[in-house]
Amino acid sequence: MTVRVVLPSHLRQLAHCDRELVVDAEATQRGVIDAIEQRYPALRGTIRDPATGRRRPFVRLFACGQDLSHESPDAALPSAVVDGSEPLRIVGAMAGG
Amino acid sequence: MGGVRVLVGTRKGAFILTSDEQRRDWRVDGPHFAGWEVYHVAGSPADPDRIWAAPSGGWFGQVIQRSDDGGRTWEAVGNDFSYASPAGEHQWYDGTLRPWEFARVWHLEPSPTDPDLVYAGIQDAALFRSVDGGVSWHELAGLREHGSGPQWQPGAGGMCLHTIVLHPTNPDRMTVAISAAGVFRTDDGGTSWRPINQGLLSDGIPSPAADVGHCVHNLAMHPARPDTVYMQKHWDVMRSDDGGEHWREISGNLPSDFGFPIAVHAHEPDTVYVVPITSDSHHFPPEGKLRVYRSRSGGDKWEALTEGLPQQNCYVDVLRDAMAVDTLDDCGVYFGTTGGQVYGSADSGDTWQPIVRDLPPVLSVEVQTL
Repeated sequence: MTVRVVLPSHLRQLAHCDRELVVDAEATQRGVIDAIEQRYPALRGTIRDPATGRRRPFVRLFACGQDLSHESPDAALPSAVVDGSEPLRIVGAMAGG
Repeated sequence: MGGVRVLVGTRKGAFILTSDEQRRDWRVDGPHFAGWEVYHVAGSPADPDRIWAAPSGGWFGQVIQRSDDGGRTWEAVGNDFSYASPAGEHQWYDGTLRPWEFARVWHLEPSPTDPDLVYAGIQDAALFRSVDGGVSWHELAGLREHGSGPQWQPGAGGMCLHTIVLHPTNPDRMTVAISAAGVFRTDDGGTSWRPINQGLLSDGIPSPAADVGHCVHNLAMHPARPDTVYMQKHWDVMRSDDGGEHWREISGNLPSDFGFPIAVHAHEPDTVYVVPITSDSHHFPPEGKLRVYRSRSGGDKWEALTEGLPQQNCYVDVLRDAMAVDTLDDCGVYFGTTGGQVYGSADSGDTWQPIVRDLPPVLSVEVQTL
């Protein structure tokens, strides 16, 4: 499965990559993040806390106008992400007032 | 190539300032890691092209980056700082116990001789070592586990291991400082540790002369005289002449003995620099005058260095890792402020010039003499 992923600028700096990338991955959050970390080791620990394996609190996952952040990491991604018509967006949450 | 390279960590990235031996004209490169908080950037004395940086942030955690070309390009190295054993608990602000939890890297200390050996001081306080250039990190857990850990508590900035002093000739001896726990030393390469805080007095803790609990802000040592260690404590400037076994106060005529950094002249082990700050609640220079104080007698007698520094309406702070010296014949001294200025002196502090004025708040300053 190929999945389009949009990365925030902080992570693009580390990975030296474009805003949008395409990864071969199982179509779940966990599968996509695993694939990103394998391809870009510089991003290990930036999306998920390496100690807990959980999504970092200020990292959000959006797709198709929905917030997927609180869904199970093993839940299937929306069909529009699976068929490539929509990207999975990894977003640094608005925070700071 | 001669000259100096000043490595600056800021709230919003890292900057590299370079100059020739005259240190009059400067090139400013950066920001590297724009948007990341860079608590520290440090170069290897054994290979000046090798530099480590510790960007972190509330969104994406901690990463470690390494350059092998003097800061032109950077690549990620390891960022797994997992504690080596069950992490235990330490004091929290409200008197309860709280589990040790990794927050960030505060300080990187490269070996003076081995370009692959580097130490990292982290929050919650622990010491890590890498022997592969930063690819992997392993905790020296004997420090956290030596016994006094449950009495350690965070300072205002968190419970951090922020200072690592490597003995210049004895690789088995290391001295570290933790806020707010105090100074600790190993004499067996990091396996066993003990507190060395005798002589410290801190009015802000229940027992002012306690073995641990002191908010030590920074340490400095001259490599030619490694038994002499200088300390800027929360309050009090201190000195030890027996490797930290005993401390005595050398604040003397300073206008305030509160402050954060302390540094030693590259060629004069008795010449010491501090930047007095008004108080723990007023983190700005006394009277709004930014003054570095220099002692040429190893403490007690201090002179204000003001030429080229703002002497009115200045309310910046200078943080603990934000002062450093070069090793050119006429020793250069550098410091950065929370107002984003980096000042340099090419004459041991007699005169100063701003190298750059409008960076993000400066968290750290290190110097490589090339």
